[in-house]
Amino acid sequence: MGDNSAGLVSKSLAVFVKDLRLELRSRYGLNAIFMFGITTLAVVSFSLGQAALPPKVLGALFWIIIFFSAMSGLAQVFVREEEQQTALTLRLTADPDAVFLGKLFFNFALLILMAAVITPLFFIFTDASTAGAINFLVILFIGIIDLCAATTLVAAIIAKAAVKGALFAVLAFPILLPMLIALTLSSEKIMSGESLSEAAKMIQFLIAYAIVMITASILLFKYVWQE
Amino acid sequence: MFALKAVKLSKKFGQRTVFSDINLELNSGDSIAITGPNGSGKTTLLKLLVKLHRPTSGNVNFFDDGRALDEDALRHRVSFVSPYLNLYDQLSGEENLNFFAAVRGGNITGKGIESLLEKVGLAKRGLDLVGTYSTGMKQRLKYALALSNNPQFLFLDEPMSALDDSGKEIVKKIIDEFREQCVIVLATNEKEEYALGRQQCRLG
Amino acid sequence: MWWKYLLFLGMSVIIWFSFTTPAPQQVIGEASRIFYYHIPQAWICVVAFAMSAYYSVKYLKKRNPLDDDLAADSARLGLLFCLLATLTGAVFAKVTWGSFWNWDPRETSIFILLLIYGAYFALRSAVEDEERRAALTSVYAIFAFVTVPFLVFVLPRMVPSLHPTDSVISKNLKFTMGPQVRTIFFSSLTLFTVLFFWIFNILKKTNSIRRKMETSAV
Repeated sequence: MGDNSAGLVSKSLAVFVKDLRLELRSRYGLNAIFMFGITTLAVVSFSLGQAALPPKVLGALFWIIIFFSAMSGLAQVFVREEEQQTALTLRLTADPDAVFLGKLFFNFALLILMAAVITPLFFIFTDASTAGAINFLVILFIGIIDLCAATTLVAAIIAKAAVKGALFAVLAFPILLPMLIALTLSSEKIMSGESLSEAAKMIQFLIAYAIVMITASILLFKYVWQE
Repeated sequence: MFALKAVKLSKKFGQRTVFSDINLELNSGDSIAITGPNGSGKTTLLKLLVKLHRPTSGNVNFFDDGRALDEDALRHRVSFVSPYLNLYDQLSGEENLNFFAAVRGGNITGKGIESLLEKVGLAKRGLDLVGTYSTGMKQRLKYALALSNNPQFLFLDEPMSALDDSGKEIVKKIIDEFREQCVIVLATNEKEEYALGRQQCRLG
Repeated sequence: MWWKYLLFLGMSVIIWFSFTTPAPQQVIGEASRIFYYHIPQAWICVVAFAMSAYYSVKYLKKRNPLDDDLAADSARLGLLFCLLATLTGAVFAKVTWGSFWNWDPRETSIFILLLIYGAYFALRSAVEDEERRAALTSVYAIFAFVTVPFLVFVLPRMVPSLHPTDSVISKNLKFTMGPQVRTIFFSSLTLFTVLFFWIFNILKKTNSIRRKMETSAV
């Protein structure tokens, strides 16, 4: 029936814009993510005092902060639909693929926004070397794609479970761990001033991971969304 | 000519059978009121018919001149007003209508929205957030949404709930207006609403 | 039925031989005997997970509650073998490298599998409605399974490892085990697999009967 792909893009965009608008008006997810990120960063910085940390630890710390901030705010996009009873209305009127893509992109935007604030603050507070700044941003970007690729489906799953709370982190963590390992390892290399080619293997892994996770998510989403 | 066929529908939750062996065949112009006491499964049956839930056994199919309609086509042709289907509180009435039109893959003009809101008596409140609406107004907006895609299948769960007298009149007018072009299925507890459907199906 | 006894006999024989023949890996010494147990257990753990994912796919297609039962039971067995593999691995690590846990990539992988199983059961207990529980956990099992190839094949190549990578399969994928070691190892592997499927079959029959009772009781 005609222009299906263009239709999907515009429908996904509609979902994305709607969620963005809702978020800007209620600021629920944004608040959670930012407050969590900044609080954790402050705690880290305070505990460190003047001590300098080796790149390995800095890399790990950075991704711990990003991971937990993500956990506090990425489930919102699905949970809100269930709580406000708009999920059924959406299910009646929307193509599941469009729902997933729109919300995937929303989570992506949320993470980018969070990273844009947390990353410079992190470098300031921990006085980390900005030698490989551009390279670090590349890793960060890929990492964010991986993060939302793996967690958006899980968010849809827990929105349908009775107990929300810690379940999101419990379900998401084992799936994210391989990716987090690759991210900390490559961050460590970059922060030690090495070039991107040194971390090439990990970057390939991260890209492959993103592709696999997004594909699997799109295929499986229908089964979570529909009843 | 549009048709809805339900064959041997049954729904069980765990061990409890809510209903079984429900058969329906409705064409454009037909209307049916599903009646029965609380808990008899009226809402569940409606959800099964609009394909929001899977039946335990049996199937539901929609047809356009004998040709089966796919998921995408259904999204354009089916409308459902129900206490369980809400609109977004943090969006305005107009934004809601625009969004659902876009996500269905259709289009709605400013004029279209205006006339819909007028029809349901919300003409001046289109720009207000739905969260500020009373329950009666939210119900009216649900009707605006239900009509926005010019449906061929109209499902109404407790059609008059939360409505005042003028609201009820509006609903009656809408049903009469769409009676010929639509298959209408409504579920209700209220005796006065039974007559809205030309046939009846009693559950429980 | 008779092969149950054969299984018992076979396992007894293999256990005997695993302790009385020369240790499989000379450099590591006696502790390397654990290789006859640890590797089959880890192998079964992954097989069980694969079966759980398989039954999950079947469930999503046909919506037969029995498939969900089997997916859950495979996962239970998988969890058991995963715990065994982790324990035997930790014992070996303590004896050979001095500490129970080092986060070397294969240790990390088995830990992740443990977490996945834990998460799967946490999700099962969080959802009350049977159909919804079956659908959600099936999706999770499949999604988590998709990460397994990354864990098993890619991760260990990315990160330097403590695990003896050359003692079993050298870089050219040729077996470097002596013929005697090879026999015992593959027998152990086969017997463990048979053990797993035997238990699984019992669970399958139990589930079938229970489902039949439920449908006829109503």
